[in-house]
Amino acid sequence: MSLLDVRQLNVRFATPDGTVAAVNDLSFALNPGESLGIVGESGSGKSQTAFALMGLLAKNGTASGMVDYGGVNLLALDEAELNRRRGVEITMIYQDPMTSLNPYLTIGEQLMEVLRFHKHMDKSAAFAESLRMLDAVKIAESTRRMSMYPHEFSGGMRQRVVIAMALLCRPKLLIADEPTTALDVTVQAQILQLLQDLRRDFQTAIIMITHDLGVVAGICDRVLVMYAGRMMEEGAAQDIFAQPSHPYTRGLLQAVPCLDASHGEQYLATIPGNPPNVLALPPGCPFAPRCVERFDACLRPAPLQRFAVDRQRACHRTTTELGVVA
Amino acid sequence: MLKFILRRILLEALPTLLILVTVTFFLIRLAPGGPFSAEIDVPPEVKAAIEAKYRLDQSLPAQYFGYLADLTRGDFGPSFKYKDFTVNDLVNKAMPVSFRLGVTAFIIAVILGVGAGVTAALRQNTWIDYSVMGVAMIGVVLPNFVLAPVLALIFAIWLKLLPAGGWDGGRAIYMVLPVAVLCQHYISVIARITRGSMIEVLGSPFIRTARAKGLPMRYIVRRHALKPAMLPVISYLGPAFVGIITGSVVVETFFGIPGIGQLFVNGALNRDYPMVLGLTILIGTLMIVFNAIVDIVYGLIDPRIRIK
Repeated sequence: MSLLDVRQLNVRFATPDGTVAAVNDLSFALNPGESLGIVGESGSGKSQTAFALMGLLAKNGTASGMVDYGGVNLLALDEAELNRRRGVEITMIYQDPMTSLNPYLTIGEQLMEVLRFHKHMDKSAAFAESLRMLDAVKIAESTRRMSMYPHEFSGGMRQRVVIAMALLCRPKLLIADEPTTALDVTVQAQILQLLQDLRRDFQTAIIMITHDLGVVAGICDRVLVMYAGRMMEEGAAQDIFAQPSHPYTRGLLQAVPCLDASHGEQYLATIPGNPPNVLALPPGCPFAPRCVERFDACLRPAPLQRFAVDRQRACHRTTTELGVVA
Repeated sequence: MLKFILRRILLEALPTLLILVTVTFFLIRLAPGGPFSAEIDVPPEVKAAIEAKYRLDQSLPAQYFGYLADLTRGDFGPSFKYKDFTVNDLVNKAMPVSFRLGVTAFIIAVILGVGAGVTAALRQNTWIDYSVMGVAMIGVVLPNFVLAPVLALIFAIWLKLLPAGGWDGGRAIYMVLPVAVLCQHYISVIARITRGSMIEVLGSPFIRTARAKGLPMRYIVRRHALKPAMLPVISYLGPAFVGIITGSVVVETFFGIPGIGQLFVNGALNRDYPMVLGLTILIGTLMIVFNAIVDIVYGLIDPRIRIK
């Protein structure tokens, strides 16, 4: 039985210019302990998917559909019911560790309040448990660090603190929204390694939201590729890297810079054009205007189709046409 | 901390006050007429005697340095108008009255203003928000000299519930109307600043983090949002506090309250040079002190600018 079952998730934002469809009919499931990468360009709806699951959409946003977690629909819960789960069973870490911690409270206060609220621990128990978690995310001199403020930490350290905070209640699901984007490359690697280790130690399922395919390759079992709020392709990470079945995924993979470009590729491959204006999506496949494989049928919507046991795609080109060996 | 205070006094407060004294000293003398020009038919020898007594026969620079010398001894000089009193006497008598009135109005303004602002922010763009902000807008634009007579008319003349004026040593019933008139403007401004700042803070990523931690909204507002949201309010409160205890000119005049505001008005009208100078120094000093307090409170709230 899956830990999380998302069915027909739609996220809409009411803006002065009209309704923005940020996420369209997104369905996916996640098993306990599994890690899923959600990949896409800026504005593809990946972060809004995460915020919808957490009940953290902006005020003008609404989520519809079904997010089945342990038999309850998270989208239908009221604030109090939701608060019993988020921060406890489902937690989140963010893109920018510089702004996601409260600069006016010490690290200790921000860690301990989670335990005091959800586990009803007294001050000393919460302190001890917070220390243990800071040690687990490899923060040295944790006792001294507890009374320090976020501005006294480096970016990588803050992200460790945010991760520690997210793991305090041993969550079943951790949603990581571009957790390494704002960090130095060396620190990125440390944080990813840390997430790997913690996933092993705590058996936490992870949804990794990123535009960095290197992160996905390093940490994810499965990958879901999004474009303009829609799922383009989904499958096991190794399959998708070896045999991308959607022209968009191919474009993404080709756009990864390669240092040993010895055979005459002087320029970095790119996907021409820009992501579409979500207020005026093209009819049919949203990627069609930028797609190198485009043909007449692309003006019609491309339905998601399962073409292997664990893979689905939304493209009018057949896998044979694209030379995919499924 | 001590170093901070010393630096504040020696390098900032004293030079600022000196400039303030100098400018005021010469400006008030530029105003047409003198302190005794209204007293007609004074024999020349009497006039000369008066001017000699108050050093007015000396040259301007001599008067200026004489005044500064007196100041260093804490002597603000004699009042030109109230002849048997010194400025020190008069201010010492008026200050507690203004202080009592001002502090009461200030406390009420902070409590109601912050409360209204937070309430409006939490219910942004609902009818509650609109009504709070609408009332606050009226409060911002409604001048004291309109509100004071209107309230006096309603509560003193028509309903006969409260006295229309007087002070009577600060009895509560005499304070209601002046305090109400005095604090309404500040309530409105504080409410508007609080609302704007609270909305901004509630939209910040660390509040989203707190919500993602599953903390209840009430707790988030109190523990995570209130401190940062108060920063802009506090920078307004420093000067506002000085303004509310010294600048209640209209309120004190209208209700006949013997406070600083009345002294100021009479001092300026009578060309009571030492009185105007003394009050200017008083207000300047208070302004400097409260701005320093604001800076210290800032440090207490925001660890990033804490004074080591």
